[in-house]
Amino acid sequence: MTQPTPLSAEPAGGLDRRIDFYPTHTLAGFRVRPGKSFPFGATLVPGGVNFSVFSSHAVSCTLVLFEKGEREPLVEIPFPDSFRIGHVWSMIVFDLDCERIEYGFRMDGPFDPAAGHRFDRSKILLDPYAKAIGGRDVWGAAPDWDEPFPHRGRLVFEDFDWEDDRPLEIPMEELVIYEAHVRSFTRHPSSGSKYPGTYAAIREKIPYLKELGINCLELMPVFEFDEFENSRTNGETGQTLYNYWGYSTVGFFAPKAGFAATGRFGMQVDEFKTMVKELHKNGIEVILDVVFNHTAEGNEHGPTISFRGIDNRTYYMLTPQGYYFNFSGCGNTLNCNNPIVRNIVLDCLRYWAAEYHIDGFRFDLAAILGRDPWGAPLPNPPLLETLAFDPVLGKCKLIAEAWDAGGLYQVGSFPAYGRWAEWNGKFRDDVRRFLRSDAGMVGAIAQRLQGSPDLYGWNGRGPTASINFITCHDGFTLYDLFAYDGKHNEANGEGNRDGESENRSWNCGWEGETADPGVNALRRRLIKNALTLLLVSHGVPMILMGDEIGRSQGGNNNAYCHDSELNWLDWGLVEKHGELFRFARQLIALRRNHPVLRLNRHICDGYHEPGPHADISWHGVTPWQADWSEGSRVIAFMLCGQHSGADQQWEDCIYVALNAYWEPLTFGLPLPPGDRRWHVAVNTGMTAPEDSFAPGEEPVLADQHSFQLASRACAVLIGR
Amino acid sequence: MAFQSTMEVVNGVANITLKGELDASVAGIFKETIEQAAAQNAQRLVLNMHELEFLASAGLRVLIFAKQKMGSGVPIYVIGSQGPVLSTLEMSGFHQSVYIQDSYQEG
Repeated sequence: MTQPTPLSAEPAGGLDRRIDFYPTHTLAGFRVRPGKSFPFGATLVPGGVNFSVFSSHAVSCTLVLFEKGEREPLVEIPFPDSFRIGHVWSMIVFDLDCERIEYGFRMDGPFDPAAGHRFDRSKILLDPYAKAIGGRDVWGAAPDWDEPFPHRGRLVFEDFDWEDDRPLEIPMEELVIYEAHVRSFTRHPSSGSKYPGTYAAIREKIPYLKELGINCLELMPVFEFDEFENSRTNGETGQTLYNYWGYSTVGFFAPKAGFAATGRFGMQVDEFKTMVKELHKNGIEVILDVVFNHTAEGNEHGPTISFRGIDNRTYYMLTPQGYYFNFSGCGNTLNCNNPIVRNIVLDCLRYWAAEYHIDGFRFDLAAILGRDPWGAPLPNPPLLETLAFDPVLGKCKLIAEAWDAGGLYQVGSFPAYGRWAEWNGKFRDDVRRFLRSDAGMVGAIAQRLQGSPDLYGWNGRGPTASINFITCHDGFTLYDLFAYDGKHNEANGEGNRDGESENRSWNCGWEGETADPGVNALRRRLIKNALTLLLVSHGVPMILMGDEIGRSQGGNNNAYCHDSELNWLDWGLVEKHGELFRFARQLIALRRNHPVLRLNRHICDGYHEPGPHADISWHGVTPWQADWSEGSRVIAFMLCGQHSGADQQWEDCIYVALNAYWEPLTFGLPLPPGDRRWHVAVNTGMTAPEDSFAPGEEPVLADQHSFQLASRACAVLIGR
Repeated sequence: MAFQSTMEVVNGVANITLKGELDASVAGIFKETIEQAAAQNAQRLVLNMHELEFLASAGLRVLIFAKQKMGSGVPIYVIGSQGPVLSTLEMSGFHQSVYIQDSYQEG
């Protein structure tokens, strides 16, 4: 019998000798051969780099190579006709120094806007699949506006040592999400970070996140964007205004270099991966806020960076006259349900899940992803379905911002395919109104507390479809929610016209900062009430960065353009508002210690074992008698029962009383089951340290039959 | 200073001394040194960087290569790194994958 030839000990060397990696042509002095159509983008292959790019309407394509940072190209290599298959040009270029090469494409084709074509051969175009992008390597470094190729594709190596890391796959119902902006989180001088404002600095703050108790960090956009996009100056102050938040993608596959301490070395990929690995080591997942609804190219007056010059008619939704539909409010709308564009979205998310070990994605203005190429909402959007059933994304969290700027509002009706969760805007609005003591909110609050079965129960979606939040990057911070009646966006330079006008906020009697101890005490109490409602509600709670320590934006509810203390987290607040931090930490611990707060099915589903009490019962100041009337501002509920978790059965008993009335009230208490006694875990009517207690340290309630609750306060009792 | 990479293996410990500027143009030399250490079945890798003045991403890539080439059972000691070299290791997070020390002490 013939012995099999042993495999080479050096697989790369073995591949080098393969005939399909031998150059067959010499073009512009470079050894090349026809490339592989897939994958798109630039891929390292033995001895060279495979470049592949799609355009269904271009008539020719040229690869443009640069030495890193050089203004003029090193070489331009036109793709021979024989290197195109279908609508894809591909070429392997050998002998490139992958560390020092930047690349782009020139596309030739018609400039005929009415027909949707905007080809311009004078432009060098960024590869939509570029895995790293040079040109904005250092945050805030003013660009050369005359740079002919401002955003440059770079090659990356996929040799990161992940050790044994993989996505954590924490069940949805276990998550406590913390929404943060990479730069804002550590940029403030008080952060003490060695590399402030960077991915590296996030690693330094992991102990803080762990102490708080969150287990999921949701990062505002990290795909490469241009902070100088449409940069302008506040006419009143002269302050430079940025595209600070980054909801305007330049490259979907590339991490923002300016957020990396190593961006100037081109090592943002490694730094980002290290951040993810360290977060994972500490039990914290990473969700990315992704923006597929539009790109940084804007409308017909915007720059030609990539898609516009590669295949405008494919990538964007266009009116019959060739203008851009604007369902994003940002000038253009990505044509997400075109099959080509669907694939780039899918490829992108797969790449971040597989290559960066990302645990989930939050989709900005996700309702757009359900529109057809002409903007009409689809009953069965193929992109959303594809993402829901994709094998690589099979364990990823998929979270929709279920509305768009074109008026499509799908909270509760977003096509979920059993996978998608939603930012629950109804939770935000109803909780704000209840906390403000609006009339007629008790019924709505009861729904929100149960994970919004009115929104998600009708088609079998559980409470984990609901990402509960009261504040997010968009709008007031939690502190400002109770410090301002109106928005104060003057610093944005738009005459305070921008930003949401209906905030459902209340300034507690004084607009803005005050030294009045009574007002400040009330604000603290309302913040604690909000955190309590958030953490005891079924569904997935999300906390905005800094809300746990009273971060203020001075009443600015649309701080998208400020690279300043308006956005930066002041770490001095940890001490200044240590009372709030302690309270938030103990509430998160309370949630972690009580499985009944983290159900993955609506509690009314009846899957429990029979017990002495219903799974959930509703109460008022008189036990078992909830007041559902229009004028009521009081509700209490008891969660009780024997519940089956994934791997165990457990008993739990919690009573929560919410008093949004402006007078103190005495609540008669239902009896806990068996010989349990009520213990006080939370009472926002008290000042620290009696406002909350660590698990196991809750004092027993002296009077087991009634409970005095202060005005505008809430309490959580546990039966044990 | 021009880049230099020297190595000696004593009792299973590969001592590699790096001098000068380790950038893309010379990273291949360093990579060959690592391969030689692996070929000699080194059980420890000690990288003396006292006189290394600059570490580019290409050099860091070789460190990553070393980590994977030698295997998780072979500890890597980075000795005497300072200034921008140490910063690069810290910013990228690689300092958590190796032992950073002033002088070689078995970890």
